[in-house]
Amino acid sequence: MDDTALPLERPIALVDLLDRVLAGGVVVTGEVTLCVADVELVRVSLRLLLSSVSALAAGSADSVPGGLEAW
Amino acid sequence: MGEGCAVWLYAVIRDDLRERLPSARGVAGERVRTVVEGNLAAVVGSVGQRDFAAEQLARNLEDLDWLAGAARAHDAVVAAAAACGPVVPVRLATMFGHDDAVRGLLAARREDFRATLDSLAGRSEWGVKAYLDPDEPVNAASAHSGPALSHGAAESAPGGTGSAYLLRRRAELAARRSAENSARDWAQQMHERLRRVSTASRLLRAQDPKLSGHKAWMVLNAAYLVDEDRVERFRAVVEELIGWQPGLDVELTGPWPPYSFAVSAGVRDG
Repeated sequence: MDDTALPLERPIALVDLLDRVLAGGVVVTGEVTLCVADVELVRVSLRLLLSSVSALAAGSADSVPGGLEAW
Repeated sequence: MGEGCAVWLYAVIRDDLRERLPSARGVAGERVRTVVEGNLAAVVGSVGQRDFAAEQLARNLEDLDWLAGAARAHDAVVAAAAACGPVVPVRLATMFGHDDAVRGLLAARREDFRATLDSLAGRSEWGVKAYLDPDEPVNAASAHSGPALSHGAAESAPGGTGSAYLLRRRAELAARRSAENSARDWAQQMHERLRRVSTASRLLRAQDPKLSGHKAWMVLNAAYLVDEDRVERFRAVVEELIGWQPGLDVELTGPWPPYSFAVSAGVRDG
């Protein structure tokens, strides 16, 4: 059992990933689910994401997290 | 799983592929496992209430670092499953109170999930993005009636600087309209060519320049579902589109799990 054995070497830009995980994938809503409504989720997180990005851009380049190399 | 846990759903696969799943860690660093119902298996993880209860989750999703980490972890699990066979990816932050609720979903939507899995087998998603830089000299030249001409007109205008400005402004607006028309036309042509070598396609929303970091206009952001045996042809078409028109920048991403093609599959709670 090797946790590091994921077959993935794809350099993925976060913006492309969010296109898919927030706007794609099967939507399952209803009483069985716990989470916030999906539509609201996408709207809220994208709005806040934009403001976060603005904040990041205003800061120093060093404050950009390592996972965001493609920005 | 103990009390205070929720079940995060990553993807749905065929039960017979479950043994081939590599061991993986999920969004909470938890060990990913499967919940089986009939001939379907849900790829899930138990996540703690502290980070994932609705209120806290909403706050976490507002934190760019947290969101990026969750998105990458979610995708890593979905992609690992996709490497083993057909997969229906589930949208980020879909959670259930307990495994029985997951089994209930699989049972209630069995036909939908099976049909979607069948339609996605042997295919993967590819992303194509195209940008047009309206400030590229060549676009400016083709869009303007020619910089020399508009300057000439401005200089020879009898009314002095005011009408010179108006003439220049009018030329700029015409140039912009013309560039926008080219962009639309080129995007349409690219999309048509890519559709011919793919099984399904979906236009995604243009990305915000603040997120993409691109100053150029995004003229195409699309996802294509491509058969494994047509991937080389698809890539060849993309190669042709790179450099097809001056000032047009074309990018290919993928292969992705079929996120963009599981949405409209009709798997949806009533």
